[in-house]
Amino acid sequence: MTVLVVIESELGQIKKNGLELASYGRKIANDQGITLTAVGFNIKDYDVLSKYGVDKLFNIETGEDIFFDVDRYSESIAKIVKKENTSLIIVSSSADGRYLGPVLSIKTESAYISNVVEVPSQYDPIQVKCSCFTNKAFKISKSLKNRTIISLLSNSFGLNEKASSLELINHNYENGTVNLKVNSVDKAQEKVSIADAQIVVSGGRGLKGPENWHLIEDLAEVLGAATACSKPVSDMGWRPHSEHVGQTGKPVASNLYIAVGVSGAIQHVAGINSSKVKVVINNDPEAPFFKSADYGIVGDAFDVIPRLTEKLKMRK
Amino acid sequence: MNILVCISIVPDTTSKINFKNENTTFETDGVQFIINPNDEFGLTRAIWLQQSHGAKVTVVTVGDSSCEPILRKCLAIGADQAIRIDTVPKDGFQVVAYLTSLLENNKYDLIITGRESIDYNGGMVGGMLATKLKIPYLSNCIYLDIKDDNLNLEREFDGGKEKLTASLPIVIGSQKGLVEEKDLIIPNMRGIMQARQKPLEVFSPDQVESLTQDLNFEKPSEKGPVRLVDAENIDELIDLLENEAKVI
Ligand SMILES: Cc1cc2nc3c(=O)[nH]c(=O)nc-3n(C[C@H](O)[C@H](O)[C@H](O)COP(=O)(O)OP(=O)(O)OC[C@H]3O[C@@H](n4cnc5c(N)ncnc54)[C@H](O)[C@@H]3O)c2cc1C
Ligand SMILES: Nc1ncnc2c1ncn2[C@@H]1O[C@H](COP(=O)(O)O)[C@@H](O)[C@H]1O
Repeated sequence: MTVLVVIESELGQIKKNGLELASYGRKIANDQGITLTAVGFNIKDYDVLSKYGVDKLFNIETGEDIFFDVDRYSESIAKIVKKENTSLIIVSSSADGRYLGPVLSIKTESAYISNVVEVPSQYDPIQVKCSCFTNKAFKISKSLKNRTIISLLSNSFGLNEKASSLELINHNYENGTVNLKVNSVDKAQEKVSIADAQIVVSGGRGLKGPENWHLIEDLAEVLGAATACSKPVSDMGWRPHSEHVGQTGKPVASNLYIAVGVSGAIQHVAGINSSKVKVVINNDPEAPFFKSADYGIVGDAFDVIPRLTEKLKMRK
Repeated sequence: MNILVCISIVPDTTSKINFKNENTTFETDGVQFIINPNDEFGLTRAIWLQQSHGAKVTVVTVGDSSCEPILRKCLAIGADQAIRIDTVPKDGFQVVAYLTSLLENNKYDLIITGRESIDYNGGMVGGMLATKLKIPYLSNCIYLDIKDDNLNLEREFDGGKEKLTASLPIVIGSQKGLVEEKDLIIPNMRGIMQARQKPLEVFSPDQVESLTQDLNFEKPSEKGPVRLVDAENIDELIDLLENEAKVI
């Protein structure tokens, strides 16, 4: 058995989910007594991978082409998979990771299992627990192929430092096979993305209007958190739809989720339920969200949030 | 232009999820089924292309006869014809295999899948299908515009979006943003009447292998009651988050 983790980076810097994947891959490599191989694109700070137990990194320079190109990336990774005869490939559950997984599975003739939340309970064949029904349930899936790709749900394993001596190999960037070209990228400036965030602060209709969103933004800023919202809030155009979280929006799997003026409808809660700790602030003690919260304050957001933000600022 | 919209039929979003047969089977009793929300956005976009480009819109689902009312609903929304591939798929790859055999005899310029289905959340059918067909796939598609054979597209990813160009044929993974919630088409009486006359073909496929097997299901463990903090005592909340939960 051999394992390969696909490490994501941005502007040369490894993303946090990359370190989580390395930690997860290291655990598997230890359990199986094998080495841990990784692949990444344009990584500059690869030294950190030696703190997370990666033995060998295939680093692919994409030259002028700075955008994520699912076709060329998967072609390049598929070459390495064949060369290394990899049996288990691990991708992240980011939008890019879940874009790559299925494409790569066809190119490498692998089974694909998404939203994995644990280390496999069995290896030959792979058997692993994953989230389904938008976090309302889990299932144990078994691979029927001798090569399997899994996408690991973020924050489900965490970071685990382990020293290794890293061997760096530069690898060729393969040509594409289809006609699909990225022309420009529009990144939300300096904002933490919901998928990457340790903490997410989310606002609902209880905030009354977009003009009040500074409450959410200020709180998010002191916590270094991403901002999110409920579906009606984005439907009404108070916030961009990219902030809509829940069963039909983005999934949230942060360490801390703070919901302000969100009632806690089943579709909302399903999508954020794999967050570890949930805090609910709502002026209605009967709000359903309190049932799935860990901590709560019954109170008026307009009173509580500014005070909370102020206190957190002072604590810094 | 021929458009194929792949429809996954999923439990209504308010459904309580339960399992039977020693947690090996999803309990469908009492569950209301709907068009997968991501597919509904794609279907609406397809109907717009029918209106603007004279496209012919076909909907397809891999599923048993219980799926037919939902396919009729797609016809009432405006699809021209429906196809049901008569088998219950075991995983996303099987869906892909059945769809591929359908595509051997039928050509589509644009194939629309959903970003993911909200039941098994595989998020795999679109990417696998396109790659098998050796045509491009665009996931998380939030904009699509067709001029002649050329496409302008947008994809959303974590923390941003990007603009792309491609040409037909292509597979896209649709989601909210491709059309907005308010744009979703609610079938009217005329649509419902017309849907009765529209073709709904049923194919019995040759069995194919799946790549995975679901052994059993479990539900998340019950969590304890919420710990309420007085609104006047914000320090206590901060202390709990810092020292008990250790999340800030
Ligand atoms: C098919 C389908 C899919 C859906 N998918 C999603 C999804 O993915 N994500 C999602 O979020 N929703 C989704 N929904 C919608 C969901 O059912 C709820 O309608 C929605 O989550 C409610 O949003 P809300 O909590 O912001 O608003 P409301 O339900 O109106 O709740 C507002 C809350 O704010 C509180 N409040 C009011 N004033 C204050 C104040 N001053 N201070 C503090 N609290 C205050 C109120 O007590 C109330 O609890 C979906 C619905 C359907 C039918
Ligand atoms: N049984 C099915 N029949 C037709 N299309 C499907 C089926 N299952 C999934 N799809 C399509 O594939 C998309 C992604 O589904 P999934 O890979 O299961 O998350 C769905 O949104 C549908 O467009």
